[in-house]
Amino acid sequence: MGTMKKLINDPADVVSEALQGMAAAHPDRLRVDLENRIVYRKDAPRPGKVGLISGGGSGHEPMHGGFVGLGMLDAACAGEVFTSPVPDQMMAATKAVDAGAGVLHIVKNYTGDVMNFEMAAELAAADAGTEVLSVVTNDDVAVQDSLYTAGRRGVGVTVLLEKIVGAAAEEGRPLQEVADLAKRVNDNGRSMGMALTSCTVPAAGKPTFELAENEMEVGIGIHGEPGRQRLPLAPARDVAAMLVDPVVSDLPYQQGDSVIAFVNGMGGTPLLELYLMYNEVAQLLDRAGITVARSLVGNYITSLEMAGCSVTLLKVDDDLVRLWDAPVNTPGLRWGA
Amino acid sequence: MGVDSFVSWLRDVAVSLHDNAAYLTELDSAIGDADHGANMDRGFQAVVGVLDETSFDSADELLKKAGMTLVSKVGGASGPLYGTFFLRFGTALAGADLTPETIGKGLHAGVEGVLARGKAELGDKTMYDAWAPALEAYDAAVAGGSDLGTALTAAAEAAAKGRDATIPLVARKGRASYLGERSAGHQDPGATSTTLILESAARTLP
Repeated sequence: MGTMKKLINDPADVVSEALQGMAAAHPDRLRVDLENRIVYRKDAPRPGKVGLISGGGSGHEPMHGGFVGLGMLDAACAGEVFTSPVPDQMMAATKAVDAGAGVLHIVKNYTGDVMNFEMAAELAAADAGTEVLSVVTNDDVAVQDSLYTAGRRGVGVTVLLEKIVGAAAEEGRPLQEVADLAKRVNDNGRSMGMALTSCTVPAAGKPTFELAENEMEVGIGIHGEPGRQRLPLAPARDVAAMLVDPVVSDLPYQQGDSVIAFVNGMGGTPLLELYLMYNEVAQLLDRAGITVARSLVGNYITSLEMAGCSVTLLKVDDDLVRLWDAPVNTPGLRWGA
Repeated sequence: MGVDSFVSWLRDVAVSLHDNAAYLTELDSAIGDADHGANMDRGFQAVVGVLDETSFDSADELLKKAGMTLVSKVGGASGPLYGTFFLRFGTALAGADLTPETIGKGLHAGVEGVLARGKAELGDKTMYDAWAPALEAYDAAVAGGSDLGTALTAAAEAAAKGRDATIPLVARKGRASYLGERSAGHQDPGATSTTLILESAARTLP
């Protein structure tokens, strides 16, 4: 302890004080239930619209609270740092955003998140009333053998999915159709991440793992958990290949495919480096004959102050591109509105 | 014994998990996400808060309330897992006299709940690797005519052995499973907290 250098007051208050800050910063777009730690779209519930809820541990900002608003989520439940929220929160959010068209839960595939959302769905069913469907994102190709693991983690695709499915819900598409679309987005997306540094959970007070000056961790998730491999630091062009190659070969993405290419920062890497990485990624895709229909570069699904990045590809058709381009107005993502 | 013994148990668990919070988090840092100690500490502090405010007439109501509190306060995987354990334990005790046999049935029901929720198998490097040998030792002791204290002590000792035996295992459930072979050589945090809970039971329940 004693080495933690963060802009906080007390480690125990980090999440609630950050939520108070979101409420204060975005009163035009958001309503925050501080007691239940739920960020709501200000005008939720929207009559006739499928409610979209996500949630997860804190420390990944702007995901998920920063993606609440027009064209994306109706509510986001915040857990402690890197800890899934609890069923009570999902229950409360589900009831609050249901306007009669049902609710879709967007869940990242982590043991805790899945269990807590499952319990919430069971309780909601017992409580009656709201129709709830779920989609679990699991796009991380770094987790290789799903028979002997908790399965692939939900990472970058979650951001793209919340945007695309949010647009579909905004159009008034019915619950089943929205859920099917969510599954299609997840099925067509793949990601891989790497870290240059670890990160420090405020309550733990010290870095989750140690990396030497000349090392990097490849195949990381978004919770400061160590990755698949520890390797000597390499130039960006080599790192880009280490991320792009396993992603491309996994789906696989083929010559002639059209994709959304997403280079995501883990929280501690400057945009200068993220754009440099995007340049390398774009060249690799170009060489593979894969067309980039749209791109996204920035810190969208982070791991506290971890330095590093992830690459996500999502195979798209005209419908998905149109939904991607549709207006969105959230603290974390905004265009066309 | 009566409901007071169970109150003492839960209070003692809260102290033990608080004292071991940094240790559990350190274990979780190696193969997980560095939150197990803080989460369990927060959950059982909330249980203590409930105990301070409410008096319970029966062990089953007490355990069910503790389970719901853990589900509501802990989050992560340990919230649903330990919450389900205490909920099912309590449910199984409803209307029963508190004997080594009925408590054994309750423990089994709790662990079955953990399995249903977590879908773990023996050797996956999870809390079940401590629960399974503990139940076996408990059952053997009770079948041999031991009293509750002896049976719980046997269970706690078996849990500790199960906990230690997780060290060489490769994790197949939870976040540690993402590490593959690199998860070997580390003690499972969940099996460790389970052992603490059983050690506390052996100290306080009889």
